[in-house]
Amino acid sequence: MDFMGDRMTRNGVVIPAMKAAFPYTLPIFAGFWFLGLTYGMYMNVSGFSFLYPLFMSMLIYAGSMEFITVSLLLGAFNPLQAFLMTLMINARHLFYGISMLERFKGLGPKKVYLIYGMCDETFSINFSATIPPDIDRGWFMVWVTLLNQLYWVSGSTLGGLFGSVVRINTEGLDFSMTAMFVVIFMEQWMRDRNHTSSLLGLALSVVCLVVFGASNFIIPSMLTILVALTLLRGHLEGQGKVGLA
Amino acid sequence: MATMSVLQQIITIAAVVAGTMVTRFLPFLVFPAGKETPKYVQYLGKVLPAAVFGLLVIYCLRNVNILGGSHAIPELISIAVVVVLHLWKRQMLLSIAGGTICYMLLVQLVF
Repeated sequence: MDFMGDRMTRNGVVIPAMKAAFPYTLPIFAGFWFLGLTYGMYMNVSGFSFLYPLFMSMLIYAGSMEFITVSLLLGAFNPLQAFLMTLMINARHLFYGISMLERFKGLGPKKVYLIYGMCDETFSINFSATIPPDIDRGWFMVWVTLLNQLYWVSGSTLGGLFGSVVRINTEGLDFSMTAMFVVIFMEQWMRDRNHTSSLLGLALSVVCLVVFGASNFIIPSMLTILVALTLLRGHLEGQGKVGLA
Repeated sequence: MATMSVLQQIITIAAVVAGTMVTRFLPFLVFPAGKETPKYVQYLGKVLPAAVFGLLVIYCLRNVNILGGSHAIPELISIAVVVVLHLWKRQMLLSIAGGTICYMLLVQLVF
């Protein structure tokens, strides 16, 4: 294929994928700008230059962990503790990776970035979105990942720059994240014939939240979900009810 | 403000980046694309997402106080709005925008 022809094909794949991906990322835009601005302002009032939220949101790119890193930076120097704490808080990413093992196969170098940028929201969209058959899957997922990261990095940097100036009543805008996960939960529910896993996820998380509290419930939730799904494997697989779209 | 040196800050941030990347890349390193993934892990890959989405909903609501404050009423009403809109029209953006606007009005004007 000649150079021009190659360019045409690339444009013919990349741009439609962006147009298909963009609407899915709009709720993230609202949520990430709000949370990103909040995070940037928090760093600003904690005495850090905007370069900190800029590079931290670009490199760490895991929202809740970035908030915690602010307090780590203000405490005593202990990188091993920071590393282990990150493993604990971000352990849920292991589940995302396991769920995406098959879907990321054969995507070449794109796969590295898709894994690098797989935060809660990006995973949820890339896993649940109905990608039209004429749209390139790899590019669709790259755009979802890239757009989400751009929203987060720009929001947190702006918060870091203008944190002490901005005064708009955006209280409650972060609910767009909750609303999005509710919708994605419902979409999964409508696709599945058997709802055992959905119900287990809700119920076990609520029980662990009540027992272990808001800052410690994720790992116990993951472990109990893992144990329950493992024990139910014969039942869920045997009845052939695990079919996903 | 911060007592750490810039180098110590960079090392701390690098430790957090490394921890995050371990959690994201580990499954792909343990089960490389070239080899067939064990049946048990394939099974987990199919059933885990539904449970994870449930976990993420609860994760978003983890700091909501049922016993005090507004008793989670704005959250429950807004989630109901999302569910009803989504059952009615099944348009993701409409359901999310409707629920979010409802929540913003409730926390800014009512509660």
